Amino acid sequence: MLLTRLLKSATFRLTLAYLGVFSLSAMALFAFVYEASITFMEQQTRETVEAEIQGLREQYALGGLAALERVIRQRAEAERNRASIYLLVDRWGGRVAGNIDGWPEGEVDENGLLRFVFERPRPDGTMEHRRALGKRFIVAGRWRLLVGRDVEDRIATQKLLLNAMTLGGGLMVVVGVLGGFALSRWTLARLEGINRATKFIMAGDLSRRIRLEGTEDEFDELARNLNAMLDRIEALVAAMREVTDNIAHDLRTPLTRLRSRIDVALLGRLDEAEARALLEETMREADQLIATFNALLAIARAESGALRSEWEPVDLSAIAAEVFDLYEPLAEERGITLTLDAGEEVTVYGHPQLLAQALANLVDNAVKYTEPGGRVTIRVSGRPRPMLEVADNGPGIPETQRRRALERFVRLQPERSAPGNGLGLSLVDAVARLHEAELEMADNAPGLRVRLAFDPAAQPKAPAPAQKALH
Amino acid sequence: MRVLVIEDDRDAAAFMAKGLRESGHVVDLAHDGRDGLVMAAGNEYDVLVVDRMLPGLDGLSLVKTLRATGNATPVLFLSALGEVDDRVKGLRAGGDDYLAKPYAFTELLARLEALVRRQVAPSTEARETVLRYRDLSMDLLTRRVERSGRVIELQPREFKLLEVLMRHAEQVMTRTMLLEKVWDYRFDPQTNVIDVHISRLRQKIDRDFDTPLIHTVRGAGYTLRAAD
Repeated sequence: MLLTRLLKSATFRLTLAYLGVFSLSAMALFAFVYEASITFMEQQTRETVEAEIQGLREQYALGGLAALERVIRQRAEAERNRASIYLLVDRWGGRVAGNIDGWPEGEVDENGLLRFVFERPRPDGTMEHRRALGKRFIVAGRWRLLVGRDVEDRIATQKLLLNAMTLGGGLMVVVGVLGGFALSRWTLARLEGINRATKFIMAGDLSRRIRLEGTEDEFDELARNLNAMLDRIEALVAAMREVTDNIAHDLRTPLTRLRSRIDVALLGRLDEAEARALLEETMREADQLIATFNALLAIARAESGALRSEWEPVDLSAIAAEVFDLYEPLAEERGITLTLDAGEEVTVYGHPQLLAQALANLVDNAVKYTEPGGRVTIRVSGRPRPMLEVADNGPGIPETQRRRALERFVRLQPERSAPGNGLGLSLVDAVARLHEAELEMADNAPGLRVRLAFDPAAQPKAPAPAQKALH
Repeated sequence: MRVLVIEDDRDAAAFMAKGLRESGHVVDLAHDGRDGLVMAAGNEYDVLVVDRMLPGLDGLSLVKTLRATGNATPVLFLSALGEVDDRVKGLRAGGDDYLAKPYAFTELLARLEALVRRQVAPSTEARETVLRYRDLSMDLLTRRVERSGRVIELQPREFKLLEVLMRHAEQVMTRTMLLEKVWDYRFDPQTNVIDVHISRLRQKIDRDFDTPLIHTVRGAGYTLRAAD
């Protein structure tokens, strides 16, 4: 089981493949070294023989056969262990001088060297057969000369070399395979950990995370990235669940009301006018539901932050001017003075529709809650940082309640008849967070001042030329 | 007008068809994308209502295919998704308008009628420099508005509002449609801002004349027409 998994593992197969390539190249190297050393050693033997022959030839030239015989006798005496071999025989084959007994037979190789076997006495007196290389000559008067060199030691060295290389190669393959096993088991263990964690997560446990080994290697990096991805997914899922829960919770009340209205109507008998009035009332309520639903969707959209592709440089002054234009008649009708305090272009990077909607909601609230005769001011400023501000001199919101005002469906003065669903400021809050802007609520003494202050570092450097406020 | 509704929710489709028929229109229904495509390609409709999510063939692909065959019937996309991004995708695929669920039937009807009207006179609309309705006229170049020969002074926003009403004369324009066309806003304002703008415009257009031209359509929006 483990073995088949190991054999199938990518790491092990990679290790084997690498080992194969490495073994082949190592074998080629070994073969080259072996061949080169054999050739070198043989050449050395040949050169030694040639040098001896050269020396003997000179002696012969100086002193003739007598000198040759003398020299061979001397050398044979010096070479008792027969590393160098000399033999001079007369025309009948009888030994004149030398350190071996009989004239040897053997094969002549491609270099003109005779490969032959001679006998050498061991220290215990028995004889051993040893291989040698040599050259034969006919000297004057049909005397013959043999000069050779014992190669038995050399052959032994070659054998040793071959053995060492075979052993080393084998060891290399064994160590390589074992190393491959170990390496792939380690890799598999790391991957197995990651796989196990992902299986748990797939089974539904989104809170599970992959353990980091602290090695800061690629596996840790992979685990860290996967964990970061999971964090993001978990946050999104949680946000989505919250939105769903909220929608379910918040729409249940009006839907129940709608249902019971119809329920009660079905109990009694209605004349035409009553039925019509009831239907109209029901439709109004349904419209209110749709509006609430849309507001919730807008908030969810802003909170999910999924609209980045629609972001562009937005001139806050242009947005303020448009919202002012939209609300000015309404304010006038209510006897409220709406003023716009915006001049130069203040460009932030953001979602134009959402920013406009947020500002519209702020102005809507201010106009709604300020008494006739009051003042509402929309202000845009670029310094010290880009900001949108709506200030009124209405009742304001006590400091302790300001955070609560941002919560969904919270209406601080539910007894007031002003229309609304309690989602206006929630949307402003969501838009602010989406744009990483600070939402500040302050006492306008009297009244409320709400300010969206943008982070200057996150904005385009120079005011973009001729930007449309809305697309 | 002849309407093809391609919507897989049979109840919603039947309800829509009933409403449209009661408003005097001819309605065909298709419940999946493939049927819808075949019907849309094989018949002459004035307008198509296409749901974004359909079995068989989704709404976007359906309209893309239809457009590729040279069919230019106006399309209104219906979508439960409702994101601005979806709206952009829908319009890019060849849709002419976009309505997010849940919607009010009056809103759907008004938008369909606006689409069909635009289709009837598409070339003149773009080139016209003077819009006329009964005794009311507006010159888009000199920005001069007259009714029965009397000059009416309008603020820029009132001018734009009147222009939209005149281009869609005798059609119902919902508050959302006006907010879209005049202010380019695609959200519901919380209070009746549009009503106040209309009442200001009405003051200037109708106050000194016997026949009112700007009418409120209960539960829907506004319309420019000569009589009830």
